[in-house]
Amino acid sequence: MIEEDTLRTDLAGISPRLSEFRRFSRVFFSRGVVVFGIMVIFALIATAIFAPWIASYDPYMQNLDEVLQKPSSKHWLGTDAIGRDTLSRIIYGTRTSLMIGVVAITIAALMGMAMGLVAGYFGGTTHAMIMRFIDALMAFPMILLAMVIAALLGGGLRNVMVALGIGLLPAYCRLMCGQVLSIKENDYVLAARTIGGSNFRIMIRHVVPNSLPPLIVLITMNMGMAILAEAGLSFLGIGIEAPGAAWGAMVSDGYLYLLTHPILSFAPGFAIMLVVFAFNMMGDGLRDALDPRLRGTL
Amino acid sequence: MTTYIIRRLIQSLFVLLLVTIIVFLAMRLLPGDPILMYLTMRDVEGSTQEQIDALRKEFGLDKPWVVQYAEWISGVVRGDLGKSILHRGSVTTEIIRRIPITLHLGALAFLISILIGIPAGIISAIKRGKWLDTVVTLLANLGITVPIFWLGILLIYFFSLYLRVLPVFGYTSPFKNFWMSTRQIIMPVFCLSVFAIASGARQTRSSMLEVMRQDYIRTAWSKGLRERVIIVRHALKNALIPVVTLKGMSVSYIIGGSVLIETVFNIPGMGRLAVDGVLSQDYAIVQGVILVIATAVTLVNVVVDISYGWLDPRIRYG
Repeated sequence: MIEEDTLRTDLAGISPRLSEFRRFSRVFFSRGVVVFGIMVIFALIATAIFAPWIASYDPYMQNLDEVLQKPSSKHWLGTDAIGRDTLSRIIYGTRTSLMIGVVAITIAALMGMAMGLVAGYFGGTTHAMIMRFIDALMAFPMILLAMVIAALLGGGLRNVMVALGIGLLPAYCRLMCGQVLSIKENDYVLAARTIGGSNFRIMIRHVVPNSLPPLIVLITMNMGMAILAEAGLSFLGIGIEAPGAAWGAMVSDGYLYLLTHPILSFAPGFAIMLVVFAFNMMGDGLRDALDPRLRGTL
Repeated sequence: MTTYIIRRLIQSLFVLLLVTIIVFLAMRLLPGDPILMYLTMRDVEGSTQEQIDALRKEFGLDKPWVVQYAEWISGVVRGDLGKSILHRGSVTTEIIRRIPITLHLGALAFLISILIGIPAGIISAIKRGKWLDTVVTLLANLGITVPIFWLGILLIYFFSLYLRVLPVFGYTSPFKNFWMSTRQIIMPVFCLSVFAIASGARQTRSSMLEVMRQDYIRTAWSKGLRERVIIVRHALKNALIPVVTLKGMSVSYIIGGSVLIETVFNIPGMGRLAVDGVLSQDYAIVQGVILVIATAVTLVNVVVDISYGWLDPRIRYG
């Protein structure tokens, strides 16, 4: 090991890891919109964590004396049909969106990658079976698939996350499978097998780490998509249950008062858009920085 | 080539068979009971156990799952998708009544996404770094971001309630009243196409930029070919492959989007039928709608695979 390290340092002059990081951050932070996206995401995370201190009202508190208030200094974005403060509900809604996004993507990525890994590594019948199953899932439009699964599981936040996770899974499985198919042909995999490495060890130690970069990009790109899909589901009335604050449901509730109180629909929709835009831009930046060859393939 | 097409079609048939099994099982695992749901909706909660059993028998829900599945599939092959519990009518009739509506909106949205998205991407790639590129890129980034149901509501507010130039919602057949129909579908079609236009423009731009870097493009320039020829004949055809993949996927997005848009604009199409079916747990409706949609998406994928060979003769079908 010592010999190898010395050799590397001699060759590169500086630590290769550091220069790689420098290259990454130079590309990553070079575009204004990407930096904007990162800032919005940090603000979003902070809002979600500190929601009780930021919001001036309880998002669930009904105040029948103050229903359908226009925006004022007291209620910056007005109040809804049962007197709940719109801004406070949007602030609490960050929790719903962020949590659903993160958990749904985690489910999709873990399950999809595991299936893709097995399909790609073992090939043959295993590959055919898994891939035909994925083809069947891909025959459904994602939102329709998630809608049926969410209804099947009986609504609620947790079930929506599972439904979206399954809906987003095919992309991970296919990408992972493609990665594994090319990686397993490498000499280092052959070398690992020669020295007696088990299939499991080769998969975890050699194949998975080398296949990660495009998957990380897909994960960031998908955050926006997951948040959009959740908004769509809660707009349709599938998903989060009644008093909970979800942006999609707020747009839908506000739709009834569009003529008199358009802000009830406009404000939460704008929040969805801002957050999805931020994640998409961060995904773009990450794609350019992590793997320039990927530009245009995702 | 013919062998490839036949093999692809057989493979698709197998995928669709899997779809039917997944959908069928999913619907049977739903926690609710469609018959009780139907009775509650009809406000006859006091019905006796005999009545419930009779209804269950009428819809064949008293038999084992395997028998139910076999009956359903043998019906599907003959074009009979079963009987709706909610409407008490034939699912096939209901779907045939609604397909033209969703197809009308979806096909227009798809066409518009090609006519606007791809040229926008090409222009953006040619004018890389210029203000036009900046504008197109920004619009495309916003287009893949905007929640379409919200966009629909914004448009309704602005054009129907504020400016009063377009009808709020609804659907009229173009054969009945073409002018009214066109006015009604402008906003929904635009909403449906936004994502496809934007993602198409992004993909076209980046794959054009990729292709323009290739050696054969430099060769074409140095041969003194005109810019038009280089862009259209040499670059575009090669850049289109990932775009065609994306266009195939956008059919699926447009159908998925119609679930939302038909709800916003109160259009009685397939998407609305799917939502109603899911919310009322009407097995037959959901199974039928999903099967039709999955068949459409799968066929589009076959067409996409075949078109690769036309775009790039290097791709051989083995």
